[in-house]
Amino acid sequence: MEAQLYRSLYRIRRVEEEIARVYPSDCIKSPVHLSIGQEAVSVGVCAALEPQDVVYGTYRGHALYLARGGDLRAMLAELYGKVTGCARGKGGSMHLIDTRQGIMGMSAVVGTTIANAVGHAYAIQLRRQTGIVASFFGDGATEEGVFTESLNFAALKCLPILFVCENNRYAIHTHQSRRQGNLDLCGKARAQGIPATQLDGNDVLAIHAQVEGLVKDIRSGGGPRFIEVLTCRWREHVGPGEDFHLGYRTKAEVDPWQFNDALPRLGRLIDADEKHQIEQEVEEEIAEALVFAESSPFPEAAELLAHTYKE
Amino acid sequence: MGQIATLSRRCGDATRETTPRSLSYVEAVREATDLEMERDPSVVLFGLDVDDPKAIQGTTRGLVQKYGPQRVFGTPLSEDGMTGVAIGMALAGLRPIHVHIRMDFLLLAMNQLVNVAAKCRAMYGGQVSVPLVVRAMIGKSWGQGAQHSQGLHSLFMHIPGIKVVAPATPYDARGCLAAAVRDDNPVLYVEHRLLHFQNGPVPVEPYTVQPGKARITARGKDITIVGISYMQVECLRAWHYLQEVGIYAEIIDPIWLSPLDIDTIAASVARTGRLLVVDTAWLTCGASAEIVAGVAERLGGTRAVQLQRLGFAPTACPTTPALEELFYPNARTIAAKARDLVEGRATGWLPRERADLTSIAFKGPF
Repeated sequence: MEAQLYRSLYRIRRVEEEIARVYPSDCIKSPVHLSIGQEAVSVGVCAALEPQDVVYGTYRGHALYLARGGDLRAMLAELYGKVTGCARGKGGSMHLIDTRQGIMGMSAVVGTTIANAVGHAYAIQLRRQTGIVASFFGDGATEEGVFTESLNFAALKCLPILFVCENNRYAIHTHQSRRQGNLDLCGKARAQGIPATQLDGNDVLAIHAQVEGLVKDIRSGGGPRFIEVLTCRWREHVGPGEDFHLGYRTKAEVDPWQFNDALPRLGRLIDADEKHQIEQEVEEEIAEALVFAESSPFPEAAELLAHTYKE
Repeated sequence: MGQIATLSRRCGDATRETTPRSLSYVEAVREATDLEMERDPSVVLFGLDVDDPKAIQGTTRGLVQKYGPQRVFGTPLSEDGMTGVAIGMALAGLRPIHVHIRMDFLLLAMNQLVNVAAKCRAMYGGQVSVPLVVRAMIGKSWGQGAQHSQGLHSLFMHIPGIKVVAPATPYDARGCLAAAVRDDNPVLYVEHRLLHFQNGPVPVEPYTVQPGKARITARGKDITIVGISYMQVECLRAWHYLQEVGIYAEIIDPIWLSPLDIDTIAASVARTGRLLVVDTAWLTCGASAEIVAGVAERLGGTRAVQLQRLGFAPTACPTTPALEELFYPNARTIAAKARDLVEGRATGWLPRERADLTSIAFKGPF
């Protein structure tokens, strides 16, 4: 399990570092919201899911897409605007999707996919299917009305859904304490009748273990569960770089998160040779996927109106 | 109304009517929902109060008893969230029908409708589709007021990825709802509350009224009048007033507003040279503006065309009957505007009200 989680963490970190490296060349014509520093949330949760489960995410969705098994080549091609992209070049970084892997889409409007995830869970319940839904969103989304409306309905109908709040404390550049009178997000879920747990976003093994238990509860008909995972976005809100020069937060605030980075923490638990082999395989895969994205064709003009409606 | 129904039937296109039977609009909506739910177990029905004793004017009556509370349920007062839930159901393969007893409430759900439902298919490169029907009711009369009366269909006509239909007869109410449920795209289904009380022929047999085809509901040579939703009823009444002064209007019901059948309307205007569009909505950037623009573009340079529009007065809908009467077009003001257009001058004519062309089978409190 450790090796599998390490591969996933390392792969996401390195993919995003490569995106940041390539970004100044302007080959990637898509705003990117990097999840560097937050990878362990998606990796830990997705490792506890089954193939029949589905996930809904946000515009900061690279980590979720990759952790859930989304096709890397299709993701990078999407960022390059190529027709081989997961949304044929029409969605970009903020709208990744791979329905074959149960990745039902990411939205650029904060909070919107929470309700969609709840509706999907209703469909699963109605059809007496075995899957569950994991709904990923940030701390900012909890301020949207749709968050409260969605949790209420999920609790009312006892739906098979796990709410995953990635709390990196910032909505763009504004700290949670400047946006919310009550910072207790788990309390807000409990107020809707949903059991809630706060977790450390740098402890991928603990996230995995905890979520395994919660998923079991959900799958056995226990209704929705909520986790708040405390985490940290290392890079700027959107774009490849750091943003400490803006002054809204200090490097000192991020330092402890980087010191406790989930990646080397887990790496220390793995045999050195195995770790080296994983890293080499991932590097080759990323290099190959970048070549695929670069060499893929752009969509033809006829693609412009295609898919507006289903015929 | 019998007269209007006869006119409509006589002048309608091939309606494939094999078993004539009269149903109300309410019964037609209920029957379409029932038939689709029976035919397809993935159809679900929900919204505020769909399972309560009043059953949305009767349009959902008996369905919770027949299909159970999982497929038919009343919702929390969460238009935004429940629209998102409906989209998620559709993404998972269900065919939800989400009911709003007032179209005004859709404004609480615009993010999900415009940013998600209409966008999903294109934005995700065709990987998903959203087979969602949103039923929304426009209110009128008995002091409905500013927030219970708006016809907001043009907001949705503006958005690619969502279809809009506003059936005016029981026949179209059933056929369009069946087509909407079977459509793989989001469809906004606009119902005018006054239409709920109209009766008309509805076949027993299954049928659909497919998107993108308007219907000529009365033949005429002097002017083309397009009536949207409930204004179709008022336009057919205006046909009689105009006939009294020797003017023969061609009345068209667009039925589907998106996709819009400009071909049929433009072909009629090419014959009559005059177009009056009557909407149950404001004019600015509205369906009437779209229809006039579409016809002008189609016929531009081929012949001279006179164009006019009627709709809501450009203000909030007042509650007092004295002002509410002035807020809306009616058969007499439509006839007057049409005659002025035909004669090319301000005639000052307003037909004397005929009792057989005014009835509204509707009393308060709604």
